[in-house]
Amino acid sequence: MDVLVNPTESSLLRFTTAGSVDDGKSTLIGRLLYDSKSIFEDQLLAVEESSKRRGDAHVNLALLTDGLRAEREQGITIDVAYRYFATPKRKFIIADTPGHIQYTRNMVTGASTADLAIILIDARLGVIEQTMRHTYLASLLRIGHIVLAVNKMDLVNFDQAVYDKIVADYMAFAKGLENLPHVTPIPMSALNGDNVVDKSENTPWYTGPSLLQHLETAQVHTETAVDEARFPVQWVIRPISDREDAKLGNLHDYRGFAGRVASGTFKVGDDVLVYPSEMKTKITGIHTFEGPQPEAIPQLSYSITVADEIDTSRGGMIVKAGEPAQTAQEFDAMICWFADKKTLKPRSRFHLRHTTNDVRAVVTDVLYKVNISTLEKSAASKEFSLNDIGCIRLRCASPIFFDAYAKNRTTGSFVLVDEQTNNTVAAGMILKPLVDAGDEDAEVAI
Amino acid sequence: MSAITHLQFLESEAIYILRETAAQFQKPALLFSGGKDSIVMAWLARKAFYPSKLPFPLLHVDTGHNFPEAMEYRDWFVQEIGATLTVGLVQKSIDEGRVQEEKGHTASRNKLQTVTLLDTIEEHQFDACLGGGRRDEEKARAKERFFSHRDEFGQWDPKNQRPELWNIFNGRKHFGEHFRVFPLSNWTEMDIWQYIRQENIPLPSLYFSHQRKIIERHGQLLDASTGIIPLLDEEKPRVKEMTIRFRTVGDATCTGAVESTASTIDEIVAEVAAARQTERGTRADDKRSETAMEDRKKEGYF
Ligand SMILES: Nc1nc2c(ncn2[C@@H]2O[C@H](COP(=O)(O)OP(=O)(O)OP(=O)(O)O)[C@@H](O)[C@H]2O)c(=O)[nH]1
Ligand SMILES: [Mg+2]
Repeated sequence: MDVLVNPTESSLLRFTTAGSVDDGKSTLIGRLLYDSKSIFEDQLLAVEESSKRRGDAHVNLALLTDGLRAEREQGITIDVAYRYFATPKRKFIIADTPGHIQYTRNMVTGASTADLAIILIDARLGVIEQTMRHTYLASLLRIGHIVLAVNKMDLVNFDQAVYDKIVADYMAFAKGLENLPHVTPIPMSALNGDNVVDKSENTPWYTGPSLLQHLETAQVHTETAVDEARFPVQWVIRPISDREDAKLGNLHDYRGFAGRVASGTFKVGDDVLVYPSEMKTKITGIHTFEGPQPEAIPQLSYSITVADEIDTSRGGMIVKAGEPAQTAQEFDAMICWFADKKTLKPRSRFHLRHTTNDVRAVVTDVLYKVNISTLEKSAASKEFSLNDIGCIRLRCASPIFFDAYAKNRTTGSFVLVDEQTNNTVAAGMILKPLVDAGDEDAEVAI
Repeated sequence: MSAITHLQFLESEAIYILRETAAQFQKPALLFSGGKDSIVMAWLARKAFYPSKLPFPLLHVDTGHNFPEAMEYRDWFVQEIGATLTVGLVQKSIDEGRVQEEKGHTASRNKLQTVTLLDTIEEHQFDACLGGGRRDEEKARAKERFFSHRDEFGQWDPKNQRPELWNIFNGRKHFGEHFRVFPLSNWTEMDIWQYIRQENIPLPSLYFSHQRKIIERHGQLLDASTGIIPLLDEEKPRVKEMTIRFRTVGDATCTGAVESTASTIDEIVAEVAAARQTERGTRADDKRSETAMEDRKKEGYF
C-alpha cells in the first residue's frame, strides 16, 4: 500500500541504517514499514510463512528486507536492500545495510546517498567497535544527521540508566570526530515497536519524538541553489539533422551539453567557464524536453548550449565564471578500501572515476591509516587491506577539476576501479590538491 | 532543503542513468515489453536525448503469448517516440531447440524468455540492456544495483555486487560480459502512476477497467478470452464475464487481472493507494518458490 502524497509538494528523505551484526537494523525497518502500514498483505503472509518454516518464535520482520537466499539461510544481511514508504508528510527511501564487517562496502554503498543515518546499538552491549566504525564512516561521508537508536530496550527492562550511559559513551566518542553530525538519541525496541512509530509507555522518562516523528520533520541539508554552480557534462546532444523542431527550430547546429546540476543555479546569459579548456563563454540556452527554461537548478537534468564553439565532451564541466573549481593532477584524499583479495600500496594503479570523468591514477604515497576505535592516525603501515580507512596521495594521468568533498559531495567524490578485475575497490573523498613545493603563490590562490 | 518534488527527483535520476548508459556502453538496448514501466522508461529516454533521437533501439522479447492490445500499442508507441524496434522471438528459440516448451495447462513461456533474451543479446552484441525493474517490486530486486553486472553466461551474482557509490556508476567490463541497467530502481508503483498522470502518457487499454472472460485458477484471475491460456475441461464451465483491469502487463499466461472499475488514471491512482496486495501478487511466476525471482535473475532473467 502506498500513501497518496501530494506529488507537487512532497519532499524526499533518504536514510540508511548502520550498526553491528544483529543490532536489529532489518527488524527496525520491518517494524517501521509494518507499523506505518506500508506492507502489503501478500508480503506479510509470505513473511509469516517463512518465519513459521524457520521455526522463529515470532514473525521475523527482518525477512521483509533480507530477501536473498543466503541472507535468509544465515539470518544476516549481506547486501543493502532499498525500501520505500511514504506518510502524508514525506516520501522515504531507505537503505538497510549489513552490519557484518566483511560487507562494509555495502554499508558504504547505502550510506553514500543518504541524508540521515540511523545507527543502532544493542542496549545490552553498548558502544562497540562497529558502532564507532559506522559513525566514523557516516561523518566521513558527511551525513549531517544521526539517529542513535538504542535498541532492544525490552531486554534491559527499559532502564533509563542503561540508556543514559550508552548515550554518554557514544557522545564521548563522537566528540573526537572532525565533523560531528547532529545526533538524536532514541530508546527503542524494534521487535515490539517501542518508540518506532508511536511513543512508548515503557519509557515515560523519554520526552523526545518517536523515530518516525523525527524522520518526518528532520531538516537535512542537500545541495542547495546558493552553492557554487557545477554542471558535469555526461553526453553531447548533436542531432546531426536538418529537422525543424517545434521548440528549438532548425536542429542543424544544435549542440547541447547534457548533464545534471550538481549544485548551484545557472541562468541563461550567465558567464561560465568550461573545463577542461577553462575557456570563458555564455549560456545561450537551457533546455529540457518541455522546452527552453530560464534556469537550471540542483539535482535536475538539462541540456545546456553555449555561445562559442568550445571543445568539451563527457568528463568536462561547466561552472559559473566567478566560481572556478580546483584543478590538479595530484591530490590528497580519504579512502575506504573494499577489496578482500588485494591491497593498496604506493605505486598501485587504478582507473579513477570522478563525476563523469575516467582517468588512470597511481598512488604516490600512503599518508596514514585511521584507527577506528581511537581515531588516531598512524603512518606505520603503508598498505591498505579490506575495510581500512585512511589518507592517500594520488596522481592522475591528466588534471581533474573538483571541489573538496567537504564542500561538494558530487564534485569531491571518486571511486577507484581495479585495472584487472574492473571491480570498484575504493571510495574516495578529496581533501585538497597537492601544491607545487616551489610555487608559493599557487598556495595562496587555492 | 531542496525545492524539487520527489517526482522531479526520480525523473532526473532516471534521465541521468539513461545518459550514463548511452555514454558508457558501445551498444545498449532498452527492453520494451509494452508494460507501464517500460513505457515510462522509454518516455524518459526520449526526454534524456531530446532533441536527438534515442541512441539505442527498443528490444522486445516476444513470448508469442501477447494480448493483441499490447502489440498494437507497441507498434504505435515505437512510431510515436521515433524509436527503432528489435524483436527476439521465444518461438524461434523453441523451433531451434534452444529451449523446451513447458507442458501442461499451467505452462508459461516466462522462464524461456531468459534464453531468448541472452541469445538476442549475443546476436546483436548488446553490451547493456536497460530494464524497467523497480526495487519495490520484489525482495530480490530490492537488492539490485542501478548498474548490474552480468558475467559471460549472463548470470547475476547477488552476493558479490560491485559497490555503487554516490552517483558514480562503474560500467567497466571484460569482453563477453554485459550489464543490466535499471533507471527506475527507486520508483514505486505509485510513483509510476502519478508520473503517468502528470505526463499524460497514453497506455494500452488493458490497464483500464473492461469486460473480459476470466478463469479463476489458484486464486488468480487469468484471461480466458484470447485462447492463449489452455483451459481444462472442468474449467470451461467456470469461465465468467468479469469487470477487470491488469496491474501489470506481460506474458499473458502469468499475468493476473484484478476486479476493478477504475477506468481513468485518477481512479487507478486511488485504487493503487488503497491496494492491500502487491502488483506482483497477481503474477504466477513469483509464486513458484520463496526465492523464485532471485533464482530466475541469477540465470539472467530481466
Ligand atoms: N528482544 C529484542 N530482539 C530484537 C530487537 N530488535 C531485533 N531483535 C532480534 O535481533 C536479531 C537480529 O535482528 P536483525 O534485524 O536481523 O539484525 P540486523 O542488525 O539487521 O543484522 P545484520 O543486518 O546482519 O547486521 C533478531 O533475532 C531479532 O528478532 C529488539 O528490539 N528486542
Ligand atoms: Mg539486517
